Amino acid sequence: MPEIATNDSTGDLVICPLGIDGVLVRFSRALSPQANDAAHAFCDAVIDARLSGVTEVAPSLTSVRVAFDPAKTDRDSLTRALRDLLAQLRDADASPRRLWRIPVAFGPAHAPQLAEAAELAGLTPDQAVAQITAQQLRVLATGFAPGQPYLGMMPPHWDIPRQSELTPKVPRGALVTAVRQLIIFAADTPTGWRQIGQSAFAVWRPDSDRPFALDPGDAVQCVAVSDDTLRDLQANPDSNGGATCKVLR
Amino acid sequence: MPVLTVHSAGPGVTVQDLGRTGWTAQGLSRGGAADRLALLEAAALLDQDTGLAVLEMAGFGGVFSTDRPLRIALTGALMQADIDGVPVPPNTSQLLAAGAKLTIGGARAGVYGYLAFAGGIVTPPVMGSRATHLTAGLGRVLVAGDSLPLGTDPAPDTPPRRLDSADRCRGGLIRLMPGPQTDLFDGATLARFLSTSFRRDPRGNRQGVRLDHDGAPFGVASGLSITSDLIVAGDVQLTGDGVPYVLLAECQTIGGYPRIGTVIPADLARVAQTAPGTMLQFTLLDIAQADATAQSDADLLRTLRQACQPLIRDPHDIADLLGYQLVSGVTAGDDLERDGDGTQG
Repeated sequence: MPEIATNDSTGDLVICPLGIDGVLVRFSRALSPQANDAAHAFCDAVIDARLSGVTEVAPSLTSVRVAFDPAKTDRDSLTRALRDLLAQLRDADASPRRLWRIPVAFGPAHAPQLAEAAELAGLTPDQAVAQITAQQLRVLATGFAPGQPYLGMMPPHWDIPRQSELTPKVPRGALVTAVRQLIIFAADTPTGWRQIGQSAFAVWRPDSDRPFALDPGDAVQCVAVSDDTLRDLQANPDSNGGATCKVLR
Repeated sequence: MPVLTVHSAGPGVTVQDLGRTGWTAQGLSRGGAADRLALLEAAALLDQDTGLAVLEMAGFGGVFSTDRPLRIALTGALMQADIDGVPVPPNTSQLLAAGAKLTIGGARAGVYGYLAFAGGIVTPPVMGSRATHLTAGLGRVLVAGDSLPLGTDPAPDTPPRRLDSADRCRGGLIRLMPGPQTDLFDGATLARFLSTSFRRDPRGNRQGVRLDHDGAPFGVASGLSITSDLIVAGDVQLTGDGVPYVLLAECQTIGGYPRIGTVIPADLARVAQTAPGTMLQFTLLDIAQADATAQSDADLLRTLRQACQPLIRDPHDIADLLGYQLVSGVTAGDDLERDGDGTQG
């Protein structure tokens, strides 16, 4: 068995392979606002640097994958260039550019696991809803499915593990939670996250000229609505799920 | 413009090319052919480039015709096929006459068969690709009555060619490389993973395939609480109950279940083409060994083009002559055995 001590690490920072055509720069194994800001600032810096042979740059919660064409560059040269960029990395303006307000129903018809998730967080369902709607969350990353936002961060007592069994199908627009984050699902999907609400907001609009509604860094606030109000929003495909968007900067 | 008519189709027939790149940051994986090599083999046989769009047929083909004569090629999974009763050997280019019925049956080996047309399928690209992405809801499976625009075959009179295809439908040893989470698995778990024989589970699709094994599940201490991170096709993910899934073309772009490593692209087609019940095992390369296997699609296509040979219909050149249906209605006589369990195939 070959040696797999591959991680080239300094503190929390790790540079490691992700596929034969990719380098992953991970700022931390643990999600924090600082690690997320660093990932997004570094992603912008790599894109701006226009490094030779780089084919795609994609951020996640705490990391950035830099894809390369092995015919035009190699892992060692790219890693050196990325280290140089890391050394020059400056704090960027990390405040949100846009604020979304998205209606979410938390009633029994739309939140099958709210009580369970609230209990794991040491809360009553009402307290859980109050904490979710009180907070401006950030789009920490979009991914898993097209346009799907990872929203965070919730306070530490929301560090709820994923379920070990997958829920076979959670509907599009569902609000789910795990590990101090919320997600609004882009499509019907199996998941290990617990469904605690339901929106009528489409994060992925393949037929639109703007197929992805949210950008990483956007602020999102959930607004509690009744099950009936949500049903009305779901029945009106032009309602955008009742969401509003305000440009902040 | 030539038109392809779908008279009937199996449940998983889709338009595929090599996928759409550049959308990882937005959460859309590349998608495209589950067996990229099969698409390039078809491109080589038909003098097409790496932008070729074809039909991918999961498990079962269908009945097709076109309104102009053009060359076709069948690659990937071995599927019995005929044009108006005359068998079409796999991995060859053949002329499909206008109005002739091309009938493609179930997969006898492998999972994903490919039907390519010289000139390609020319549906309007969406976000830079014609590939149907089922998990993202881009495009849909084809059904009876659909028709698709085709490019014109620039040289339908080109003599038929054949290409010896590497058999990738029998499972076997799959090469992994380490990834960002390999070190979450302790040495004993990793060693056990590499010494375990896995059976391809019936559950699987273009997003990924599930593998079964005897023995304890494979887990990590922090398995249900690790921070979600970027995924690439080929990643081997262990879900909460410790079962491995190899992620394929339509994989999610970010996920939170731990990944023990990444299947190198050169071996991923073999995972996709491994039929349920077939055995697989993994070996771990180091990074340099894995990186040395990189080959661009354009290079691979060049190599495949050079390997194409004229199809000479001399019986001495047909190794498995008895396997062909030489006269309509007459077969090699072992159909029931080949169907395996005697059920209707």
